[in-house]
Amino acid sequence: MTTDLFLQLNNFYQDNAAAIDQERWDDWMETFTDDCIYRIQSRENFDRNLPMAALSMEGMGMLKDRIYGITETIFHDPYHQTHVVSAPRVISIEGEVIHAEANYAVFRTKNDGIAQIFNVGRYIDQIQTSDTGFKLKSRICVFDNDMILNSLIYPI
Amino acid sequence: MDKDQIIPTHQVWDQLDTSRIPFWAYTDPGIYKRELEKLFYTNHWCYVGLEAEIPEIGDFKRTVIGERSVIMVRSSNDEIQVIENVCAHRGMQFCRKNHGNTDNFTCPYHQWYYDLEGNLLGVPFKRGVKQDGEWKGGMSKNFDTAEHSLTKLRVARRGGVVFATFDQGMESFEDYIGSDMLHYFDRMFNGRKLTLLGYNKQRIPGNWKLMMENIKDPYHPGLLHTWFVTFGLWRADNRSELKMDQHYRHAAMISTRGSAGKDKQTTNVSSFKEHMELNDPRFLDVEVEPWWNGPTAVMMTLFPSVILQQQVNSVSTRHIQPNGHGSFDFVWTHFGYEDDTPEMTQRRLRQANLFGPAGFVSADDGEVIEFSQQGFEQKPFHRALAELGGHEIGNTDHMVSETLIRGMYDYWRKMMEI
Repeated sequence: MTTDLFLQLNNFYQDNAAAIDQERWDDWMETFTDDCIYRIQSRENFDRNLPMAALSMEGMGMLKDRIYGITETIFHDPYHQTHVVSAPRVISIEGEVIHAEANYAVFRTKNDGIAQIFNVGRYIDQIQTSDTGFKLKSRICVFDNDMILNSLIYPI
Repeated sequence: MDKDQIIPTHQVWDQLDTSRIPFWAYTDPGIYKRELEKLFYTNHWCYVGLEAEIPEIGDFKRTVIGERSVIMVRSSNDEIQVIENVCAHRGMQFCRKNHGNTDNFTCPYHQWYYDLEGNLLGVPFKRGVKQDGEWKGGMSKNFDTAEHSLTKLRVARRGGVVFATFDQGMESFEDYIGSDMLHYFDRMFNGRKLTLLGYNKQRIPGNWKLMMENIKDPYHPGLLHTWFVTFGLWRADNRSELKMDQHYRHAAMISTRGSAGKDKQTTNVSSFKEHMELNDPRFLDVEVEPWWNGPTAVMMTLFPSVILQQQVNSVSTRHIQPNGHGSFDFVWTHFGYEDDTPEMTQRRLRQANLFGPAGFVSADDGEVIEFSQQGFEQKPFHRALAELGGHEIGNTDHMVSETLIRGMYDYWRKMMEI
């Protein structure tokens, strides 16, 4: 992998996280392919090969429905997220698909509160490359928390 | 003079009936300690898991009853034991894994080891050490390993679900849940083997009873959960019934999905979204299953420890694990049935997006419980109100009632002697 390609990949990770933190949901969805997989799954389920996940989205339609849910229908305490995402670890490149992982920590801050460590884990990704840039073909957020701190509303 | 006569240790129910619930029922640490004793450690069968979680001999799962750590283990062909995770020697919680497979339990501290039934098999240096031809130290001569088993719980199994109790005098599981509730229990667990799909776990900063009440409250789903009302899954005008056992401790909310969308009953509900349509209808790709025998949703509360969920094709158990008066862990175990097609498994997994800590119609339950607890804590002298459907307690053929909550507190007061 060339340095240029790696820097481009690193930027892609940071842009994706910034879109979430700044609640630019259309920009976040833009980082996925139309037939994407997006899953937030506990390490316990992942390690034991159990298919259940806290969220399991297939395709852009489901992502749109989720964004509609978090902005219009689900009642929840307002909160902000800040992601700290490591540099990606490239596992392999198969044709136009990069297999990569990155560790993340997500801090949650509520009104009248202070930042809490909300969710910690790693992204396991397949990234579709093309002339126009990168898109996530598959992202599995495997989180370490045994317990989710009450509810998980926004994407990770 | 008895200490009880100087300092009142018993709260007094200073309300007319159970249509008013004092906030201290949720905020008093002493009340909570008594709940653990009277509701979790005696007089009740508590949920521990599914047989499908421990299919092989030696498979175990660590879980809790109330705050007491226990291990559910498959000990030999078709035998399931539940033993307390406290070593008979120094009291250490020796089992640290969530699950696993083993042929014995050994406490790492001094390597006392137990068989899968919880019997003490041996202790190191039982006879002491031999020095200069003489035995020195060791356990007393009359120390008998047979007297130092792990605490063994009574176990009840039905339809692949495992319950246990510390209470050796407990009535049978069937008597405990009663014939009306047994009907709905057997509907969901009708003898087919279950398949484990996985877990969702959340820590909710609220009193554990609020989760029981949430599933005894058919008032909120059509109001709080926009999804339910918009897609007709749970609406005030659905055909529905509320049923209880004879003690009012357990309950079932039974409902049949009506037509989705706009009509007179929904347009005056502010959470109804007239133009809401799914981009991906697979979230609600419902297939009617023969075992339903009609109802599209049956939500059961088996007091005090578990909720049994059927919401269309999504089936799960939800285990209440209290940890203090103001917090509990809520563990969802999603499952399917052995004869499910791959398509049905996929359908159950997709519909699971509605439930759990991130679910379209469940994330907000955790939130309202947290903020209810905050309200209770700020004015513990006040009370909550549960008067929908009047003051009486009884089964209904509609959903516009809080009778199940009144029933639960009627039972709670008897058990707690309050």
